[in-house]
Amino acid sequence: MNSQILRLVLGRVGVTLITLVIVSFVVFAATEMLPGDVAEIMLGQAATPEAVAGLREAMHLNDPAILRFLRWMLGLLTGDLGTSYANNMRVADLIGGRLVNTLWLAAATAIIAVPVALFLGITTAMYRGSLYDRTINVLIVGVISVPEFLIATLAVLVFAVWLRWLPALSLVADIDSLTGLLRAYAMPVITLAVVISAQMIRMTRAAVIETLRAPYVEMALLKGASRRRMVLRHALPNAIGPIVNAVALSLSYLLGGVIIVETIFNYPGIAKLMVDAVSTRDLPLIQSCAMIFCVGYLVLITLADVVAIMSNPRLRH
Amino acid sequence: MVHVAPAPRSRSRFGYRLNAVGIGTMLVILFWAIIAVFGPLITPYPPGEIVDFNYFMPMSSQFWLGTDYLGRDILSRIIVGARYTVGISLVAVCIACFVGVTLGMLAAVTGGWFDSVLSRLMDALISIPSKLFGLVVVAGIGSSIPVLILTLAVIYAPGAFRFARALAVNVNTMDFVTVARARGERNAYLMRQEILPNILGPVLADFGLRFVFIVLLLSGLSFLGLGVQPPNADWGSLVRENIGGLSFGAPAVLMPSIAIATLTISVNLLIDNLPVKIRDRSE
Repeated sequence: MNSQILRLVLGRVGVTLITLVIVSFVVFAATEMLPGDVAEIMLGQAATPEAVAGLREAMHLNDPAILRFLRWMLGLLTGDLGTSYANNMRVADLIGGRLVNTLWLAAATAIIAVPVALFLGITTAMYRGSLYDRTINVLIVGVISVPEFLIATLAVLVFAVWLRWLPALSLVADIDSLTGLLRAYAMPVITLAVVISAQMIRMTRAAVIETLRAPYVEMALLKGASRRRMVLRHALPNAIGPIVNAVALSLSYLLGGVIIVETIFNYPGIAKLMVDAVSTRDLPLIQSCAMIFCVGYLVLITLADVVAIMSNPRLRH
Repeated sequence: MVHVAPAPRSRSRFGYRLNAVGIGTMLVILFWAIIAVFGPLITPYPPGEIVDFNYFMPMSSQFWLGTDYLGRDILSRIIVGARYTVGISLVAVCIACFVGVTLGMLAAVTGGWFDSVLSRLMDALISIPSKLFGLVVVAGIGSSIPVLILTLAVIYAPGAFRFARALAVNVNTMDFVTVARARGERNAYLMRQEILPNILGPVLADFGLRFVFIVLLLSGLSFLGLGVQPPNADWGSLVRENIGGLSFGAPAVLMPSIAIATLTISVNLLIDNLPVKIRDRSE
């Protein structure tokens, strides 16, 4: 790796760190604007003014906002996520198991979606303009244009209501067998896989078609190579960078999808925890969940950009 | 000697010609626009009134799209919901694109540190996942229609900025801009008279795409219970209200989703089928 690539990559990572600071500021500021005094809300209606004042002091609520922001940031960095307002449990304990559940969901989705999407993306580029390509394209525009909950409701209607193969809710708690496990995960995974595959197929197809425009592909065509050989041997190796970029970017769509999917299937993941925390206005919990999501998202899109930089052959020598 | 080619006969009065898909999707969009404007005048039943004691009824000649979880007429609620979904999204996308495009052109024309700082800031804002941003802001401030509109506009303005800036930077290097600048024209003139007309086509296409994103995000937020609040309901809230009917396949769940889908798919297809002349005017 030469110094130019290193400089670009470090620059990109630097931008991500700055973004992270801005993001954390936005998250903190937005939750600070909550109307009403937290101490009063926590103590309820019967609280004496002295008790409220004491709690405000104990929670450092009288400090200037910038000081509280810095203290909160320091806590995040050292793994101290604070205490939930709703039930006085440590936020880290609340999040722990839920985060693992969500990561399982994301991993299962990626394992199914990535190979399928790559296959479809490459083959549609290979047979561009054919009936197969056009059918897939119409389906993709359909999936991209509709809200995630429509795909989830359609999945429930088809698999749970009409075919009666799967339960409508994802009850992870009472899994006792492999079939139980599959039944619990099937519906959320199918929905998420459809949502992110659509993006991934579209971007993969675009990346392969872009490399098919290169002069060396024309050379291969003139040499008499088959369409298959042209795509697999000549175009694909050069499209790896953009394709990995596309995969990482599409995986970042998991985030938006997971919020809807966990809600609709009642899946005990971190997104469901966060949506519930919004309804109980549990600020420390919302802040921590939001930061975890933002970090995951930023890591994915930074990874996508870094791969794009490193795969640029013009920078390699 | 100058030959003036006669305009091809196939061109319509506006100089552009849409294909069949373009015309079809335009009709769907027009249909929802009319519904959004005249909605309350054409509902078969008052949207908030319980008209049947059976809830989650299937489609029938009396209630065309069935009834909801309280026994209200779903068709009427979808017709009135169009106002919220289309109205809020349209206002939000107008604010987002106006602010984004104006700042984008300004950054391109001004250049220097103003451009660098603004671009970095917008890049940072783009990297915040949209649904999460909406969730956090609405959790913090509470959900009302002005808050929703502003939140949606703030989320999608940076994208409009980046798109318009990239186009404007290209136009900015062209001779006619240099000439105008040498003439001593001000930035406002350069933006309005020299740059905007040359990026308008792609910017309008981007406007349409952004409208779709906003409709989807608004529906998603409403579905989570953070968007339009009861007793009012946009299409996303209608899905949320009736989600209990999903396990017996009530049309009350599916129909509002289908309403969203017809609108967003139409806008997407319309943009895909716009004449190349409008989409790629800058090239």
